[in-house]
Amino acid sequence: MRHRVCLTVNGKAEEFDVEPRLLLCHLLRAYVGLTGTNIGCDTSQCGSCTVLMDGKAVKSCTVLAVQADGCEVTTIEGLAGADGLHPVQQSFWDNHGLQCGFCTPGMIMTAVEILERNPDASDADVRHGLEGNICRCTGYENIVKSIVAAGTRATS
Amino acid sequence: MYPNQFDYHRAASVAEAVELLSSLPDAKLVAGGHSLIPAMKLRAAQPAALVDIGRIPGLSDISADGDSLVIGALVTHASVADSTAVQGGCPMLAETAAAIGDIQVRNRGTVGGSLAHADPGADYPAAMLALGAEITAVGAGGERTIAASDFFVDILTTALADNEVITSVRVPCAAGGAYLKHRHPASSYAVVGVAACVGLDGGNVASCSIGINGVTGKAVLADAAAAALCGGPASPDRIAAAAACVGEAFDEPLGDLYASGEFRAHLAGVYTKRALAVAAERAS
Amino acid sequence: MGRYVGTSVKRVEDPRFIQGKGRYVANIQFPDMVHVAIKRSPEAHARITRIDTSAAAAMDGVVAVFTGQDFKDGGCGSLPCGWLVPDTKVPDRPIVVTDRVCHVGDSVAVVAARTPYIAADAVEAIEVDYEPLPTVVDARGAMDEGAPLVHAEIEDNVSYHWALGDQEACDKAFAEADEVVEIELVNQRLIPTAMEPRAAAAQWDAAAGEMTVWTTSQNPHPIRLLLSAFTLMIPESKLRVISPDVGGGFGSKIFHYPEEVIVPWVAREVGRPARWVATRTESQMTDSQGRDHVTVAKLAMTSDGTFTGLDVETWANQGAYLSTFAPLIPTALYITLLSGNYKMPGVFGKVHGTLTNTVPVDAYRGAGRPEAAYLVERLVDLAAARLGRDPLELRRQNAIPKEDFPYQTPVAFLYDSGDYDRLMATAADRADYAGMRESQAAARAAGKLRGVGVVCCIEASGPAPSAVAGSLGSAVGFWESGEIRVHPTGQVSVFTGSHSHGQGHETTLAQVAADELGVPIESVEVVHGDTGRINFGMGTYGSRSACVGGSALVRSAEKVRAKVLKLGAHLLEAAEEDVVYDQEAGRVHVKGSPDRGKDFGELAFAAYTAHNMPEGMEPGLNFVSFYDPANFTFPASSHICEVEICSDSWEVRVLRYVAVDDVGKVINPMIVEGQIQGGVVQGVGQALTEIGAYSDDGQLLSGTLLEYAVPRADLLPGIEVDRIETPSPHNPLGVKGAGEMGTIAATPAVANAVLDALAPLGVTHIELPLTPERIWRAVQAAGNGA
Ligand SMILES: Cc1cc2nc3c(=O)[nH]c(=O)nc-3n(C[C@H](O)[C@H](O)[C@H](O)COP(=O)(O)OP(=O)(O)OC[C@H]3O[C@@H](n4cnc5c(N)ncnc54)[C@H](O)[C@@H]3O)c2cc1C
Ligand code: FES
Ligand code: FES
Repeated sequence: MRHRVCLTVNGKAEEFDVEPRLLLCHLLRAYVGLTGTNIGCDTSQCGSCTVLMDGKAVKSCTVLAVQADGCEVTTIEGLAGADGLHPVQQSFWDNHGLQCGFCTPGMIMTAVEILERNPDASDADVRHGLEGNICRCTGYENIVKSIVAAGTRATS
Repeated sequence: MYPNQFDYHRAASVAEAVELLSSLPDAKLVAGGHSLIPAMKLRAAQPAALVDIGRIPGLSDISADGDSLVIGALVTHASVADSTAVQGGCPMLAETAAAIGDIQVRNRGTVGGSLAHADPGADYPAAMLALGAEITAVGAGGERTIAASDFFVDILTTALADNEVITSVRVPCAAGGAYLKHRHPASSYAVVGVAACVGLDGGNVASCSIGINGVTGKAVLADAAAAALCGGPASPDRIAAAAACVGEAFDEPLGDLYASGEFRAHLAGVYTKRALAVAAERAS
Repeated sequence: MGRYVGTSVKRVEDPRFIQGKGRYVANIQFPDMVHVAIKRSPEAHARITRIDTSAAAAMDGVVAVFTGQDFKDGGCGSLPCGWLVPDTKVPDRPIVVTDRVCHVGDSVAVVAARTPYIAADAVEAIEVDYEPLPTVVDARGAMDEGAPLVHAEIEDNVSYHWALGDQEACDKAFAEADEVVEIELVNQRLIPTAMEPRAAAAQWDAAAGEMTVWTTSQNPHPIRLLLSAFTLMIPESKLRVISPDVGGGFGSKIFHYPEEVIVPWVAREVGRPARWVATRTESQMTDSQGRDHVTVAKLAMTSDGTFTGLDVETWANQGAYLSTFAPLIPTALYITLLSGNYKMPGVFGKVHGTLTNTVPVDAYRGAGRPEAAYLVERLVDLAAARLGRDPLELRRQNAIPKEDFPYQTPVAFLYDSGDYDRLMATAADRADYAGMRESQAAARAAGKLRGVGVVCCIEASGPAPSAVAGSLGSAVGFWESGEIRVHPTGQVSVFTGSHSHGQGHETTLAQVAADELGVPIESVEVVHGDTGRINFGMGTYGSRSACVGGSALVRSAEKVRAKVLKLGAHLLEAAEEDVVYDQEAGRVHVKGSPDRGKDFGELAFAAYTAHNMPEGMEPGLNFVSFYDPANFTFPASSHICEVEICSDSWEVRVLRYVAVDDVGKVINPMIVEGQIQGGVVQGVGQALTEIGAYSDDGQLLSGTLLEYAVPRADLLPGIEVDRIETPSPHNPLGVKGAGEMGTIAATPAVANAVLDALAPLGVTHIELPLTPERIWRAVQAAGNGA
């Protein structure tokens, strides 16, 4: 049994014919060809696959494509605007917020939500806000720095 | 990582969901999917069909009804945590919701799904027990209300019939409540979670209830400990003495690689003490 | 120095990663590609009595199903071990087993299907009957009399015994010692958990007989060599191995794995491109794991606290098979580090490499060196406690003085340079060590469990030279290649045998090349990870890329400069002695007349037009160097950690973490700090949260991220990083490795802090990780039940 799924991905509406078991992350990667959404685990722990679904950060490995029917999905590829990098992307670059880059798309998408909820997020707020994201490379230090710097909290 | 095949049905109403559940062999509801999909990815759960209730209208609201809050089954953990009504009327519940998983999980997971799944490490069950919540479910025989204390039956097992759908939870407001959790460092579920409610009358504890999850297969009420605190002031000594009684609530503590049952029982005492202190503080 | 080296140039590789354009193996897609999935053994040790693949093969969308016999019959060889100490017993390690599984996760059968979902269905449909065999999982227990044998032909489960040091001096030290402290400890097994699970893809060009393999490897050339000579049997000239962007390695992606053979073999067999991407759970049970030592050791000293001897015996768990470099780790990268940063005449260590029914163990960030540092630094703290001395002061007393460099240890290494006293003084200063001790006293008086941990650690980075590695058992060399190809326009392509999987080589090595040539960094591109484009190179591990890979580039740049200088002199019609290469400006000009000169671009163009070359000079501007360093480099660190332990729930809270490191000259401070920070958190993970645990019957108890606790963002409140620089004389850049120091130092720093906090309760040792329950139990055992 297959299902029709309509999704608006990074502003572009598309229809897909999918098996119900297809995960959103696989739809994005294999059907839409957006491989920026990485898959780092199979137990929903790592957050590498985080995308925005109707504006909220979700782990796309834990959403069925059929559940996302009719939703707007923003992936890392759709974050930058016509005027260049999103401030969070820029901040990750400026503050060395990545090493191997594998966790980075998920970190950035989560950061967007953290700052959306609290633009004035402190170091501790960000550390707490990243509880669903794992980075094995950076020790989080510069990720936290990048996110705080992308918010409104004045950095010294 | 790759679930088995299944059929998928999207229910437009609770009645349709009940009907589908009753007619389809080996069908399961899916709400947020944040317990079910992880299990299906590991092929630990292999339902033949999913009935998606995620878009049924009317199940996503939080409303006040007298001294209670009525929370729709599809309300996400994030919505509970962010709700000013919950924060104001029942801070412990907002605290519990905020302690679940992570932002992404809270954006998808629902109250109904969490209660129905009845994971021993889930956070809501302790809070619902301590608050004396009532769960409303609709099945083939109509609607019924189940007290939280009757709802959790065993590990991953509730009083729900196979074709029953939780529609809402009624939670009595309580100012004097607190939920504290020892998070598992890997899974983020509760190794131990303690929800404590304290009601004061003058300087004395007039009412107390303590719900604990993580230690045994199902969340339990620590009645002996709660009773021990009533009838006197919520002094540190009395709180400590009450907390020392929580062990009686645990038949067979569960253990894992991170924490044995024995240690969980120990932690339960420690967290009970802390939660009671915060609850009493909030009650005054 | 030039414009770039020593400055925090922003990373040039970042734009693709922050926009989701990383080129990971899992992103490689071909229209007609098959997805490979592997049936894994759920048993730790069993005989396979039946495999039935018929149901799987009959499934819609399944292209082929293969068993171990197919791979054998199809010409695949077994996986070799690339480091053999004398008399090593090497068990056969087939690509896919045929009759017996030796650890949970061993590969049993292979499916190729149209989608990964169908492949997973087919794997589930393969029926395998197992007849369980007895298991052994413990490093030391494996040698017990009557222990089950992992491989019948390998007696006592011993792969090798190895020893190093001055036994006589060691015995003498203990005979004459005033004080001896002893310890028995476990360096627990860790699961590397790079965030990108391993993956491989392959495309076979039947007409040309050429195979391209993409793999998540830290070292594509050695993988090509092994594929060609041992496992896949396709000539190197017909085999291209690409390891594009790799999402972290930490050692686990050095090794040659079965899937790197399976995927190209399947691609050729089914005549379609093939790809396999591990699930996380699959990675956790098949990536080579780290550590897993049981050690008994003692430290001898005089009454004034001078260390005189160290005696160590270690049982090192190697798992069910020998992974590619397995025997290297507990031998030449462990025993050799036992002298630490201290002057001790009598160091002696022996190790027994044992086989068990567990996932193979090999290098994991630090590899041998963290095991040594944790051991030595715990012993030093025990010594301080015994003598009633401050642990920092005792370390400073015994540290090798800076005048003594180069310093020959009793365990083979010749340390290059260092100033350990200044290192510790800087750390103490930065952390306000004295203030920490004061607040600790106040906290203790208030009934709190506050502890301070201090360490001084050594690392040996950039294994070298090749001849010595060979004499110690290596089947490969440890040099590196670096090619500088100057294009006619003056743009520069740098081809390095080093491989970046997060370290930022595209930036760091561009900084080196740009400065060496005096060209803008924007005109330098760094190419790595592709055997089709790059000269044979050894790859990245052991913190070797800057020391060895960077030095190779320096050598090539010297050759470029020499040629350009000669060409410039010729074009300027001056004698070669009369012109200079201005490295700041990238220009050759007549001495004293900067105006009379030629820019780098002009000279490059001239080299390619070749209209006017000096007599005998070949056209072109392209140089390769193969750099074989004279020795390792020896970074050092002093870290100080402050913790508080909750006296009822026993959670450890890190209050402060200060890391002062000496990694020699620093090319990019921002990147080096990032390496230290990331390393520290991995080391703290070993101390507080991580354990790869097996049940007695060989089940991996922490096989998913639901059990295996990788540190999260809130484990530390932050890391304060500082450094001193003692340049290494062993390479032209003066650099030392920076990749592993953080990990090495952090584990003992945190462990020492926790045990310092618990000292008033009489606790002297707890095995890692220091979880609340383990602390609770230790406190109870010490008679301070709570
Ligand atoms: C990474 C991660 C971390 C997590 N950490 C925590 C944590 O710390 N604490 C915690 O409490 N939880 C945690 N969870 C679980 C999370 O809270 C889930 O959302 C919740 O348990 C289930 O809600 P759901 O809506 O997602 O249910 P689903 O997964 O959709 O369903 C779960 C079960 O309930 C049934 N069900 C769903 N809705 C209903 C209904 N209305 N009536 C009857 N049956 C229903 C389903 O059939 C299924 O059997 C975590 C989950 C993940 C993925
Ligand atoms: S891949 Fe989605 S959480 Fe790990
Ligand atoms: S940068 Fe590699 S996992 Fe985060």
